[in-house]
Amino acid sequence: MGIDLFGSLPLVVIWLALGGVGIVIQAFVRDNTRLVFGYYISTLIATGVLAALTFGHTGLTFDGMVTMGGSGAFFDILFCVTGILTMLAARPYLQREDSEIDEFYTLLVSAVSGMMLMAHANNLVVLFVGVELMSISFYVMAGFFRKSIRSIEAALKYFLLGAFATGFLVYGMALVYGSTNALDYATITSVVRAGTTPFPMLLAAGVTLMAVGLCFKIAAFPFHQWAPDVYQGSPTVVSAFMSTAGKAAAFSAFIPAFTMLMPVGAGASYVMNMQLALAVIAAVTMLVGNISAVAQSNVKRMLAFSSVAHAGYLLMGIVSGTAAGHQAIVFYLTAYTFMQLGAFVIVSILERENDGHLEFSDYAGLSKTHPVLAFLMAMFMFSLAGIPPFAGFFGKYMLFIAAIDSGFTWLTIIAVVSSVISVYFYLGLVVKMYFSDPVGEGHATNPGTAALTLGVAAAFTVLLGVLPSVLQSMFTAFH
Amino acid sequence: MNSAALIPLFPLLGFLVIGLFGKQLKSERLIGIIGSGAILASFAIAVSIFFSFLGMPGEERSMHVPVYTWISTGAFTVNIAYQVDQLSLLFTLIITGIGFLIHVYSIGYMHGDKSFSRFFAYLNLFVFMMLNLVLADNFLLTFLGWEGVGLASYLLIGFWYERKFEGTGIVYTGDAAKKAFIVNRIGDFGVLIAMFILFNTFGTLSYSEIAAQAPTVWAPGTAMVSVVTLLLFLGCTGKSAQIPLGIWLPDAMAGPTPVSALIHAATMVTSGIFLIARNNVLFAMSPSTMAVVTGIGITTALIAGTIGIVQNDIKKVLAYSTVSQLGFMFTALGVGAFTAGVFHVMTHAFFKALLFLGSGSVIHGMHEQQDIQKMGGLKKYMPTTYKTFLIGTLAISGIPFFSGFFSKDEILWMGFLNGSPILWGVGAVAAFTTAFYMWRLTSLTFLGEERFDHHHVHPHESPATMTIPLIVLAVLSAFGGFLGVPHVIGHALHIPNLLEGWLDPIFERGMSFLPKHVGDHAMLEWGLMGASTVIAIAGIMLAKSIYSKGTERAEGIAARMKGIYTLLWNKYYVDEVYNFAVIGPILAVSRDFLWKIFDVKIIDGIVNGSASTVGAGAAALRKIQSGVAQNYALLMMVGIIAFLAWVTLGR
Repeated sequence: MGIDLFGSLPLVVIWLALGGVGIVIQAFVRDNTRLVFGYYISTLIATGVLAALTFGHTGLTFDGMVTMGGSGAFFDILFCVTGILTMLAARPYLQREDSEIDEFYTLLVSAVSGMMLMAHANNLVVLFVGVELMSISFYVMAGFFRKSIRSIEAALKYFLLGAFATGFLVYGMALVYGSTNALDYATITSVVRAGTTPFPMLLAAGVTLMAVGLCFKIAAFPFHQWAPDVYQGSPTVVSAFMSTAGKAAAFSAFIPAFTMLMPVGAGASYVMNMQLALAVIAAVTMLVGNISAVAQSNVKRMLAFSSVAHAGYLLMGIVSGTAAGHQAIVFYLTAYTFMQLGAFVIVSILERENDGHLEFSDYAGLSKTHPVLAFLMAMFMFSLAGIPPFAGFFGKYMLFIAAIDSGFTWLTIIAVVSSVISVYFYLGLVVKMYFSDPVGEGHATNPGTAALTLGVAAAFTVLLGVLPSVLQSMFTAFH
Repeated sequence: MNSAALIPLFPLLGFLVIGLFGKQLKSERLIGIIGSGAILASFAIAVSIFFSFLGMPGEERSMHVPVYTWISTGAFTVNIAYQVDQLSLLFTLIITGIGFLIHVYSIGYMHGDKSFSRFFAYLNLFVFMMLNLVLADNFLLTFLGWEGVGLASYLLIGFWYERKFEGTGIVYTGDAAKKAFIVNRIGDFGVLIAMFILFNTFGTLSYSEIAAQAPTVWAPGTAMVSVVTLLLFLGCTGKSAQIPLGIWLPDAMAGPTPVSALIHAATMVTSGIFLIARNNVLFAMSPSTMAVVTGIGITTALIAGTIGIVQNDIKKVLAYSTVSQLGFMFTALGVGAFTAGVFHVMTHAFFKALLFLGSGSVIHGMHEQQDIQKMGGLKKYMPTTYKTFLIGTLAISGIPFFSGFFSKDEILWMGFLNGSPILWGVGAVAAFTTAFYMWRLTSLTFLGEERFDHHHVHPHESPATMTIPLIVLAVLSAFGGFLGVPHVIGHALHIPNLLEGWLDPIFERGMSFLPKHVGDHAMLEWGLMGASTVIAIAGIMLAKSIYSKGTERAEGIAARMKGIYTLLWNKYYVDEVYNFAVIGPILAVSRDFLWKIFDVKIIDGIVNGSASTVGAGAAALRKIQSGVAQNYALLMMVGIIAFLAWVTLGR
């Protein structure tokens, strides 16, 4: 086996850039945020380009522990693009909050490298390393406003509960290893399919605990409660990044892991139970996320609950267990990343120090004071609500069809009902922005490079809705 | 990618550039150049494809141009793909060619308007949508264009949204726009249902596949094919302003005159003809639908023609004339003379665009005056407009060797041959009214004494950007008919019928379902041609004798025939009847039942009930979301235990 150098390039480059050159730059160049910013933007661009180049070069590398090309490379591109867009939005935001410290960019790229490892994992240990690399970077980023009590609280809460969940994840991996005698995905899945394990109960328990760990990362009920508090307390750009790229990474690991652990139609008796349990989790997650969002008066917290609800929709693809379901997840994740990121970035532009200007009432009459921001926000809200012709519509459609085709019509009905509930608060914000009069003087905003982020996010939100086939055509290269 | 894909692209780019940056561009000249240039580029490509087609044998003159897969889920796939063949290319040439002239004209006409850039953005949007409508290779893309031109039409009818406009139940131009939009909805509903049935039956919406499968799935004359084609025809009556949905077109004249020329005369209103021509196989398979199309067409031609006689607004006369001419086209389609119908689309586009632009030039020169009773004698002030308008009048009246003569005569002849002498008779009467009202219009506008107020109105010729398009269109109106010379004349003069040879491969399959008439009718055809010429000249002479001295004699006649005059003046009370029989009851039911009872009591009750349920749920969930990390961990633990128990112990 050995190493396929070309196929490993995205991972190798981002590690070298981080651990080799990046550390040196930060050790010897003091207080030069511009240099570090530029350096890491270039790193992500280079990594993304390499991922695009290796897209068609599928196979295994690093002695079969890591996959190359295909869906992994697709996710690499998504993570790098999200990382770049977040950095562009973060720089003006951090400067405004007087907290631009160059470690921020290091942590962000470190998180991206962890995500890439998750997407490429073909081995339980690699998956674990990826999850932890991403999570630890997130813990620090959540507490990045170290003088803000909310930010510190968010970091601590995230760390405590995250560590708790990680315990279950690693325990689950241990049980799977113990019952199958393998860490490698291919071997595990052959044992699961053949039903030759001497400890079927332990295997089932291990798979469940791994599901718990991953459900925590995607913020699914009942492991979701950290998300609203953490997303609300963290710096807004960090929330944007965690709720988009973080969720995408968790699903990028979820899909191959559960293709392996839960092969539909396999001999293992737990598979049916698992599928049904995940379906219930998906249903409750979307209901809880959307119903809770209805009661919010804080836009940032509303977006946090909306992110929980979207984990529920996305889980439908895992429940279906089919290739169509997995493709629907990838499509919706891509769409969701752009619309959710766009919405969070608008919040970050309008936000004022000490968590000011985050309430629904602060958005009254935004169409008059900031017509462009209001228009884009409305577009992201329509897309999140799943209204055509925006990207969110097609993503939801694909997920619903996949669930129906696998016999989960009841789950689709719940998904439709909760989508209807979500229209209330998404469009509630639009109504506020367009049909209420502004209160007091609108303050000036200076989006800076965040304008670029918004432009790209808006373009993709429209493009994926009008030209869904562009993305769909890439999926054929996944398998 | 094939260059044909660029044809709709240029107007789209023009729309985006002008729409997004129009305000920044400021210069009218620049906006005009971008707007017209986009259409000219499309026209140039269409012309180049036309010439490359000419070098090929007839059956190869067709290209399938896939652009991208639009929707692909399961069994349902829709491609954005264009079918460039003789029919769509002909329409494309008309749309972009005449569209370009009208864009140029608009630079002069809209000069100084505060929304100059908005106007050109909408106009480019319209052309983009119209091109999608005719170039589409499937129903759905056509429908997208169909709705798109409806939108553009709505935006442009209400372009001067703060201006007043008179009509039944109409106060502002915006009301006229709404009327057009709503009436069209009814027709679009028919098209939608037809599309559902077609997809359900054939599993595809592609024109070529449906045309290929239809004869094997449905026997000609079965009920289903009649239902589908009638539903499609309902859409056509909306878009192309036929009975019973034709009432919106005269009010659509609230829009700026170039819009009336482009959308409501030359292109959009002929979409219905296009749809039937494109689906000639389906229509030809249903004799009953063909009969309905004929009946509706000829009735509309006659009724609209008679209304046109008494109208005093220069644009309204032309609007009723358009409705009437569209009726002729449908008559042709209904009797299976597809080529003749499409031929009339083309010649009508030439002369009706010319007439509308001429009327715009008059309105422009008369400071927004549209009442022909307050005109007269404009010939000496506006010589170019007068001469071109005269050519348009002669062309539409059917004076020999002008374009309208060939196409209208072909329709009447085919009506006689494939239909009945009665059809010919009614058509001839309608043609007589055409000649009459057109000469009345010309006479009252340009000839006779000057009836306008010399102190306030100073008529003047329009600028070159407006007169040059008039001249080009006048040339086309005069000579365009030679593309489709009827056989008897062609035989005598040794001119082939170019258009028929061009369109034959399109209509071949449809024609195979229709009865064929063989035999030599040359003498009869000559005779009828002579008769229709006499009728046209008679119409003109009658109008001349009545209106040469102004409106006095006409008023005398109107006073003597008060009943008929009032009936025509009030357009057969169609608007009033609709208001009483359709709109009134719908309004009453909507307001008194649907709104006050069903919506307020039942729907709102359910909505408020479910909203309060959701609200209560949210309050409960809020309590669980306590903010205390230990509690979160506790819930997680409970969840983990339940999850574990379910998966490992469940059966």
